[in-house]
Amino acid sequence: MRLPFSDMYNRPDERNLLDRTGQGLIGKPLDRPEGPLKVSGAATYSAEWNLPNCAEGVLVLASIPQGTVREIHADPVLAMPGVMAVIADKAMVRRSAQGTAGKAPAQDVTTVEYFGQPVAVVVAETFEQARDAALALRVDYDPAEKPVPLDPESPQAEVETPSDSKPIEGGDLDAAMREAAFAIDVSYDTPGHASAAMEPHVTIAEWQDDRLILRGSYQMLSHNVKEIADCLSIKPDKVRIIAPYVGGGFGSKLGITHEAVAAAVAAREIGRPVRVVMTRQQVFQTVMRRSETRQRVRLAADAGGRIVGLGHEALVSNLPQEDFAEPVTQATEFLYGGDNRLLKVEVARISRLTAGSVRAPGEAVGMQVLEAAMDELAEAIGMDPIELRKRNLPATVPVEGTPYSSRMLVEALEAGAKAFGWDRRQPTPCQTREGDWWIGHGVASAARVNMMVPAEARVTLNPDGSALVETDQTDIGTGSYAILGQIAGEMLGLPIERVKVELGDTRLPAGAGSGGSFGAISTGSAVMRACEAIRETLAKKLGCEAEELQLKDGVASGGGKQQPIAGLVQEKPLAETGSIKPGKTAKDFSQASYGAFFAEVAVHAFTGETRVRRMTGAFGFGRVLNAKTARSQCLGGMVWGIGSALTEELAFDLRDGHLVNHDLAEYHVPVHADVPAIEVILLEERDAAASPLQAKGVGELGICGAAGAIANAIHNACGVRVRSFPLTLDKLIDQLPDPFAPATAKVA
Amino acid sequence: MKAFTLDHAADAQDALDALGAGATAIAGGTNLVDLMKLQIAAPDRLVSIRRTGLDQIAPDGEGLRIGALVTNADCAADGRVRRDWPLLAQAILAGASPQLRNRATTGGNLCQRTRCGYFYDTTQACNKRAPGTGCGALGGFNRIHAVLGTSDACIATYPGDMAVALLALDAEVLTQGPDGERTIPVGQFHRQPGDDPSRDNTLLPGELITGVRLPAPSGGMQIYRKVRDRASYAFALVSVAADLAMEDGRIARCALAFGSLGTVPWRDRAVEQALVGETPSPALFDKAADVLLRDARGFGENDFKIVLARRALAATLAEATLSNPAKG
Amino acid sequence: MHARVNGTEHPLPHDSRRTLLDWLREDLGLTGTKKGCDHGQCGACTVLVDGRRINSCLSLAQLHDGDAIETIEAIGSADALAPLQRAFVAHDGFQCGYCTPGQICSATALMSELAEGWASAVTEDIAAAPVVTRAELQERMSGNLCRCGAYSNIIAALEEVIAAEGPLRIDAEASA
Repeated sequence: MRLPFSDMYNRPDERNLLDRTGQGLIGKPLDRPEGPLKVSGAATYSAEWNLPNCAEGVLVLASIPQGTVREIHADPVLAMPGVMAVIADKAMVRRSAQGTAGKAPAQDVTTVEYFGQPVAVVVAETFEQARDAALALRVDYDPAEKPVPLDPESPQAEVETPSDSKPIEGGDLDAAMREAAFAIDVSYDTPGHASAAMEPHVTIAEWQDDRLILRGSYQMLSHNVKEIADCLSIKPDKVRIIAPYVGGGFGSKLGITHEAVAAAVAAREIGRPVRVVMTRQQVFQTVMRRSETRQRVRLAADAGGRIVGLGHEALVSNLPQEDFAEPVTQATEFLYGGDNRLLKVEVARISRLTAGSVRAPGEAVGMQVLEAAMDELAEAIGMDPIELRKRNLPATVPVEGTPYSSRMLVEALEAGAKAFGWDRRQPTPCQTREGDWWIGHGVASAARVNMMVPAEARVTLNPDGSALVETDQTDIGTGSYAILGQIAGEMLGLPIERVKVELGDTRLPAGAGSGGSFGAISTGSAVMRACEAIRETLAKKLGCEAEELQLKDGVASGGGKQQPIAGLVQEKPLAETGSIKPGKTAKDFSQASYGAFFAEVAVHAFTGETRVRRMTGAFGFGRVLNAKTARSQCLGGMVWGIGSALTEELAFDLRDGHLVNHDLAEYHVPVHADVPAIEVILLEERDAAASPLQAKGVGELGICGAAGAIANAIHNACGVRVRSFPLTLDKLIDQLPDPFAPATAKVA
Repeated sequence: MKAFTLDHAADAQDALDALGAGATAIAGGTNLVDLMKLQIAAPDRLVSIRRTGLDQIAPDGEGLRIGALVTNADCAADGRVRRDWPLLAQAILAGASPQLRNRATTGGNLCQRTRCGYFYDTTQACNKRAPGTGCGALGGFNRIHAVLGTSDACIATYPGDMAVALLALDAEVLTQGPDGERTIPVGQFHRQPGDDPSRDNTLLPGELITGVRLPAPSGGMQIYRKVRDRASYAFALVSVAADLAMEDGRIARCALAFGSLGTVPWRDRAVEQALVGETPSPALFDKAADVLLRDARGFGENDFKIVLARRALAATLAEATLSNPAKG
Repeated sequence: MHARVNGTEHPLPHDSRRTLLDWLREDLGLTGTKKGCDHGQCGACTVLVDGRRINSCLSLAQLHDGDAIETIEAIGSADALAPLQRAFVAHDGFQCGYCTPGQICSATALMSELAEGWASAVTEDIAAAPVVTRAELQERMSGNLCRCGAYSNIIAALEEVIAAEGPLRIDAEASA
């Protein structure tokens, strides 16, 4: 079927089809179709496939930071009950693959690049046997002769400009800073973060002759197939991955990790299926981290609060040769004006586990710092922080001059302010005390780039009037099952019960995968296009123009004719594969999702403990595909914001590079008690440049700036400005006002 | 986890026989199984003491006897504990999670081992886990570590909450061993590390905790204030257990114990002496903190605990003694 | 040695190292109970033992001789959901779904604990029966981590079920 456009998304699809279809599914807060399976424990996650004769593998991690494996004392371990193999194959990987890598990461585990790197896998009949044997395995090492530093701040650390991140320069920032009516020049740091998805990384590998089947917890299956195939030097078409349910990813499952290759190699060696589940400690130590950052922000403003100079420079880190560098300034490029600019990211080469994408790479830490610095500027000027932001939204992207596809930042700030009650905020700190608690309020903008990636999906309209959507797209909690069904039901005029969605199997057309907030808009657009092709056929069969065709509740009408859709399909199902690829729209427009965060915090006057008491987020991300799952994405992001603001920090020991807090007891993700009832406002928007759906990404938006709002609220509460995240009480306590001092404050 | 045998003691004597033969007691297992998985503990013989009948709470004179196997949850839910020793219920409920409290026991909780990251990582030096290897926390990441009662060999804290309340309440640990029964004041149960951090407490080989005895209720104002990094489900950075009575505007009696500040649950009578008989005021609280922290020593990351302890103490004393207690 | 799991007697495993969690998942095929951390730090493995919620990962299976164990599979199946499960679906009290069975087992026990008058760390008067506030529910659910951040929705689901059929009333004033 020929469609009126190419695969490439080269010009905005202004037809706005989803506003003209009549089924009424799009945007509705429908329950997740897989919900009943998940709440009853019947959804099968990767470790839970029951394969006969499956052996258990447990990884062994290096206990030195850098060097080479001299000897693995396998014999005593092989003599232990149930132990079948000790494997340290050259194919096994030292690092995790980056998202969309599509090729093997660094292999050969005889070289150790960081403390905690897997060096072997022990395989036994039972998990208990394998775990015991893995801990018993003695490995001798030769330390590296020329180790790279363990600390990004070390003068010995080599600092590079990442290959894909050229500095952005315009005008003369130094001069602007000197001459500005108000100037802020501050340094912030953010720590490393862990994705800490609740489901640990796991793979069950099974060989059927020369074909490999992996049941594993991954986010981007079509890329993962290539990565694993490259590791094993086999053809990608020999690999099948099955992953219908993924217990969270947040970037850590974008590329294949150590356990996948270890399981595949072990299964080949022993001739049986092998399951390798990483322990929680191993996930922390070896999979992926968000880089720590040191950020310098310079803001120069004129007397009217207009930014004339903007600098945002960041130092991040990664292993040598790794392409990824946390793109800290990604949103700074387009968010605020100021012709005199310097935006720059540099990467220090150090020995720590691979730095890669953790939910909203770039904006998650870049926006929280930029937005905290904006608060400092507002305070210096004596201007309401919302007004400052509104005053500094450029007409086109600074330096480049690219137009914005859509931008509901002002609307988000205003809607959020109204819902939150921003007008009742005290503009100066230390004004509100409730008992032992200082109360404060803060605001921050949200921004996250929008991306489309290539995606395919097949839609089949059956003679019984039901439809099937098939793609290897994953649902990692993002709502893929729900929204892909809604798109198909809307486009084909079917009640949602008549649409079935099958995901997470590489035998199906290659979806976008889950990452970068692009899953819904990319794979969703592919589903939409497959449906358009089916609509063309239906129109022809009905005898009307495609433009005239109306499909609703299983009935087709148009050109004065009407017929049940099932009747039009007749015996043979109508199957179409839709496809989309990013095209010129990605370059012609600056595309991003926007929003605003509002936080109310209480800071304990004696101890500095901080509690988030209220939080509101207002977001504009194009068309809302499902108001329930989209809201949940925003909520989840804001919870990450709370963690990033208050509790989360990877702590490395700089003497040997080991990660000290490598479990969920000491790496503090927020718990129920840390999270208030969060309010989310979804704004109506259409963005044709972003996708045919007029939708933009939402999966990461909720974190991008959230921690800044909390930091600003803390300052508003108690007057302390901490420029080092997370804002744990130890950083506040020395600077808090005397808790017994007669309050200049109003006591609420 | 290394392979081990697991026997089930039918009664206390059965358990003592097994302990005497070198077995390690397991009750709830919430700490021991955790440690065994990481091979920080690797007993080759376990004896379950779950069926030894030590799971009763019973009056003991004017006090209360809490069996070693009473779960943290049951202890905190007990009407007598909640009414007469609320400090104990508060402290227990401030710890861990409901799931853990349903399994963790009174005796086991007293024996809870430190959360020091170097103790918990078998690739690291730790004199407590592997005597003679050194202390990784000294010069390492020691944000959660002790500022009181440390030694060159160890700066790890006892991480629990329950024992801190028991210490302030003048409770006693009841044991039975090869040489008969012993009564150990809680303040003498935990051991400062000195040059042998491997021994957390003064239990003797083959000795079994049978219970805890609370003395008669004090009738005082009881407050457990736990300061931590999360609002719940996190170990204390510092905690304060206070049992205090006022008379004519002066502090008539007070007992104060501190958690996660020292290597053991910390009580310093000199602090209490500085307060008793005095009229509460911020200056007095500061003076008490001076006494408490006179020998405090930070190790870098944990320096803040010295300030935090001072302020947590002030907050607790203010809440307990000032006429308009500020509530959050 | 036997334990009753979801109403059926099963012999306990031979390997003394096997945890209750691994026994349920690997030997009995009851994979609704999840392994998130294996160290009592996340709550994904929460099951009910004699009606009480525990972390099954930290309990050796052989210590459960004679116990009655209930897992998510006993609370309700996909085609016959319990009210709490239905509320989780309706309020989107999950995203990836991995922590969800633990959250639901935990919430089930929470309601019994409230009915029994148990206090929590945020109970104002520890000697009195608790008033059900949002803060109480948050504190009592804090042993169950959710990295997707569905906490607000989980509490909303729980509030709805408690209000609809629990023996307790949500105190709207105190929750505000």
